[in-house]
Formats: sequence, C-alpha cells, structure tokens
Amino acid sequence: MTEIVSQASGQLTSTAPARRDIGIRRRYAAERRFRFYGLAAIAFGLVFLFLLLWSVVGKGYTAFWQTELTLPITFSQEIIDPNNKRETDPKVLQAANYPVLVRNALAERLGVASSDRAALRQVSGLFSDSARVELRDMVISDPSIIGKTLPVTVLASANIDSAFKGQFDMTVDEGSRRVSDQQVAWMDQLVKDGVLAKGFNTGLFVNGNSSRPEAAGLGVALVGSLYLMGIVLVLSLPIGVAASIYLEEFAPKNRLTDLIEVNINNLAAVPSIVYGLLGLAVFINFAGLPRSAPLVGGLVLTLMTLPTIIIATRAALRAVPPSIRAAALGLGASKMQTTFHHVLPLAMPGILTGTIIGLAHALGETAPLLLIGMVAFVANVPATPLDPSTALPVQIYMWANEAERAFVERTSGAIIVLLVFLIIMNLGAILLRRRFERRW
Amino acid sequence: MNIMTEAATEELLEKKMNAVPLKMVGKDVSVYYGDKRALYDVNLNVRENTVTALIGPSGCGKSTFLRTLNRMNDTIDGCRVTGSITLDGDDVYDPSIDVVELRARVGMVFQKPNPFPKTIYENVAYGPRIHGLAKSKADLDLVVEHSLQKAGLWNEVKDRLQEGGTGLSGGQQQRLCIARAVAVSPEVILMDEPCSALDPIATAKVEELIHELRANFTIVIVTHSMQQAARVSQRTAMFHLGNLVEENDTDKMFTNPDDQRTQDYIMGRFG
Repeated sequence: MTEIVSQASGQLTSTAPARRDIGIRRRYAAERRFRFYGLAAIAFGLVFLFLLLWSVVGKGYTAFWQTELTLPITFSQEIIDPNNKRETDPKVLQAANYPVLVRNALAERLGVASSDRAALRQVSGLFSDSARVELRDMVISDPSIIGKTLPVTVLASANIDSAFKGQFDMTVDEGSRRVSDQQVAWMDQLVKDGVLAKGFNTGLFVNGNSSRPEAAGLGVALVGSLYLMGIVLVLSLPIGVAASIYLEEFAPKNRLTDLIEVNINNLAAVPSIVYGLLGLAVFINFAGLPRSAPLVGGLVLTLMTLPTIIIATRAALRAVPPSIRAAALGLGASKMQTTFHHVLPLAMPGILTGTIIGLAHALGETAPLLLIGMVAFVANVPATPLDPSTALPVQIYMWANEAERAFVERTSGAIIVLLVFLIIMNLGAILLRRRFERRW
Repeated sequence: MNIMTEAATEELLEKKMNAVPLKMVGKDVSVYYGDKRALYDVNLNVRENTVTALIGPSGCGKSTFLRTLNRMNDTIDGCRVTGSITLDGDDVYDPSIDVVELRARVGMVFQKPNPFPKTIYENVAYGPRIHGLAKSKADLDLVVEHSLQKAGLWNEVKDRLQEGGTGLSGGQQQRLCIARAVAVSPEVILMDEPCSALDPIATAKVEELIHELRANFTIVIVTHSMQQAARVSQRTAMFHLGNLVEENDTDKMFTNPDDQRTQDYIMGRFG
C-alpha cells in the first residue's frame, strides 16, 4: 500500500497498485485440499490397523489363559495295574486307563454315583484327554506314587474352557450346544470350590500341535521359526553383503553387471510360492534333504530374502559419500581397506535395517513352507533343524482350518505372538539404526 | 600484481640457475573419459620443494592433470591415460608400480574438506596405521601430534583429539585433511582447490600453511583464484581447453606472460 499523490486531482489519495492475480488463493486452496487428502489417507490406514488389532487381540487374548482343574487324584492300583505286573511288563504303565482316575476323582467331588454311566460320561467331558499323557508321565517317572493321593492340575476340556470364558451362547437349545446344562452347573460348582480356575497358558508356548485345542501349543512352531530365522540370518547376511560389496565397490560396470542387477531386482519381485517350488525341486528332490525340515525352509527363505538384503545393502553403500572413498584412497588405502574401514561402517545402519526387514518378511512367509512340507502335524519339538517342524505362520494357517471353537482363540493368539515378534524385530531395527548413527 | 620483492625474485632466479631437481615429470600426457578427450599431450614438470599452481577456466583439465599424478583417475570408469608421468624417474603408470605405494608417496587434499566421520585422532592416525609407519602407540601419538602441528591445528584441537573430526569448522576440517595427508610423510602433496569451500580467514590460514609445507614437501595446487596462485606458488601452469598453454615462474606469469591467452585470462577477459 503506497501512498501516492494523484497528479490529476492534486489530492493525497491512497491507492494500492493494481494487484496481479498470481493465483495465491488457488494455490492455498490446493494445498489445503492436499493436506486434507493426506490426513484422510492416514486416518483410513489407522482405522484399518485399529480394526485389525481389535479383531485379533479381541479374539485372541483369551488364548493366553487356560481353564485348569486342580484336585486330589488317587493313583489307584486297581485301575493302573490291576494284575500287579508292572515290574515285568513295562507296557502296563504305558497303556493304563489314566483318564478314569481323573473322572473318578471329579465324580467323587461332584457326588456322582459310580453306577450312573451317563453322568460319568458327562464328567469325562469336563477335562481334557491330555490328562492321560500328563498322569502317565507322572507315574512312569515315579511309579511309587501308585496307591497315593496327590493334588494334580489337569486341563479342562476345550468345551468347558470355551464355556468358562463365555464363548458359548447359553440361550441356544441344550441339544445343539457343546456343553450340557448339567456340565455348566458342575462347572459353576467347581469354580465355587476352587477346583476350576484360569491360569496362564504356558502350554501355548511349550506344547506341540495337538488335535485337542486345549493342549495344542506353538512350541514346535516357535522352535521351527527360530531355526528358520537362524539359518536365514547366518546364510543371507554374509552372502548378501558380500555380493553387494562386490557389485557396488569392485565389479566393473558393464553389460554383465547390469544384467545381474536387473535380475536381482526382478528376483525380489518373484512370488514366494515360486521359491517354494524351487526349494522342493532343488533341495528335496535333487539334493535329497528331508521334507518338513527347517533346514530346507531356511534355505528357501534365504533365497527369498537375499534380493531384499542385496538391494538394501547396495542402496546403503551407494549412500556413502564418494568423498569418503576418495579420502581413503588418496591416503593410499587399498580398495578393500577403503571398503571395510570406511564405507561398510557408514553403510551398516542401512544394511542392518534392510536385513531385519528381510528377516521379518521371512518370518511371516507361509507359501514356500507349504510346498516343502512344513505344513505337517508335528507334536514333538524338533531337536535339530533336520527334524520335522512347522513355523508360526504355517501353524496359524493350520489352526485357522480347524473346526472347533477353541481353535479360533488359539489362531488369534498365535497371530498375536507372531505380531509381537515382528514388532520386536522392527524395534530392533530402529534401535540398531539409532545406535550406529549416534556413534559419529 | 607484482607482489614478489626483488630479493625474492633474485633468490628464485638463483635457484633456477642451480636447477631445482624435477620431482615429477609429465610427458605427452593425454587423458580420455570414454570417447571424450580431456587432456592433449601435456608436458609439465613439477619441481622439488616448490609450489606449482595449476590455473585455467573451469573444465580446462587442470584437475584432471592433478589426478593423474597419483592415479586417482583410476577410480573413474572409462578413464584412460596415455603418455608418461614419472616420480623421481619412475613411471607411475608402469605395471610394476603399486598404486597404494604411489599414493603413500603422493598425497592428496580435496576440494571439499572430507574428514572421516571418526575422531580427530583417528583421522590423522589412519594413514600411518595402514602403512605401518608407527611402531607403537606412543609413536603414533607422536606422528599425530607432529602432523597436526605441521598443519597448524595442534593448538586448536590438542584438548579434544577424541572428538569427531566432522565437528570442526570448515577451515579446521581442511587443515585436518592436510594433517591427515602429511601424517603419511608423502613426498608430494596434491591440492585440488583446497580453499574453494572456505571463508577468507580460513583461506589465509591454509595459504600460510602451504608456504610452510613447501620446505618439506613438493606441492601441486589447483586453484581458481589468480591471487591465490600468485600468493602461494613459485611456478604456475595455465591450462585451456585441455591444453597446457604456458608454464612459467609465477611472477613472470602474472607480470609478463609469454602467451596471449594467459594474458587474457589473468586480465579477466575470459574464464
């Protein structure tokens, strides 16, 4: 706003110079619109993330508690070893009818007559058949307990577990329900007596797979995934970093290296199931490695992770300023000294981030493992990477296909475990990055 | 422009009479980047314990020539050098010459200060360490101290040797780079526009330093600043479009050059 003297009138007037329309308003409007789109996109993403977590955690958190029955059980000789032949025939202790011990103890507690066969069958439905293995192991490890009465904790059956957690609709007609009114009444009575209670579900992390949901656990899958991660890390990090360093720092830039670069980029985009087929053909059919073994899974996932690590490492190496290389070379450092003393340390945060993201990707990978047979039902924790095993995502896939209500919460619980591992790995990536960058 | 005193001129002429030994000799040096030719048969001598300035407009090939002297051009893909460059009579491009050894004898300071992202101590100690020049930790400490003293940085950084080299000011960083080059005890130090990223005060310090270093080292410096060339050098070479136009004593070059193009460039008619 400049004040000028109007020549014509000779009066002092205040006239703003004619302002050009340079579209200020339009530009600001465009900016506001863009900000709104950005916020909307973030909100959209957050809503779906929240929905995902809500549904998984909402369904799955109960899987970390398991309904248990704690009561004194009499290891009666008449049931375990009626003919007193256990000294001569070890099969007796193996084959004894242990669930009857639990049933009798419960029947006594609930006041069910030993002649009421129908009621006894209902009592048997209260606890898990896994009690058979549990009691058998107790007796075999210490046969002197036969004839004694000891307090024992056994798992409640999956149906009682679900009913106790309120997952059954009790308004449904009794005939189409998986627990009877009588069982529910007993359940309430046992809760009152302090026999039936929820405890932390250590079995979820320790047990192998089982067709009985209450006894099914992630033990095998966790160990399998651990083996997989170990193998992938040990193989893909050195191979990937060595390949990247060679390609980036030493290899001449010619048509061959261009071709290799294009192929590595393409390999990163190859669907993972193709790697599974490759692994099946090469490692199992050709090399004769065992099926379902974490070793084969680890090799396949290594192939799948390598391009990711190579691309991340090359990007990290390329981001190191050329002046650092020039400085070291100018001092008379050899190419290798330049690379390992100066370039690699500077590229380390990027390499580690790329590696951990590649590992996290491999941890969540399912398809290639299905093809090499890691989708098997495995009850025993693998002792070596050559034993049959499953992995976390495969276990989730298998449980998601089960029909029982109790597997729903197990599936979600397993998803929570997997997500926690992924979050821990990503946090690790962030922390490592921070740590390495702060050093200089 | 005549900044040299008469006494100094006489001294220089006298030195010339005594034939200052030639440290490096470039003979018919041509450089190609792929198909593009960057240097045309350059013949240039670098005299011992002398500061030789390379001047000329941008893209004239002066930096290219500098980088052939310690084979830094080797790191550029598609770069080819013909002709011969000798260091004390040995051809530096001879297959029997190891490039690592050459660069330990011919050090370099770059246009932009490029200290390693490590401590000040580590920056200076790195060269002696990789070449095994110090036998013990105490030895290395001494080398670091002397190098920093020669670079005129010791008093400023002696209490913070373990701090990061990148935390220094631009001028200090450049002197740290000079200390780093000096620590290897090279015979020749190449400087590629060492002051172009520095303010005038830092520039003055570096120029003073170059003066002092001349006693122990042979220095070749590329510069864009005519005044700088006049201030720090005894010999000047003028490049234009990949050709060496003129090589002469600095005072002659800036007062009475032989070539018309040098005259024009110095007077600011092109470049």
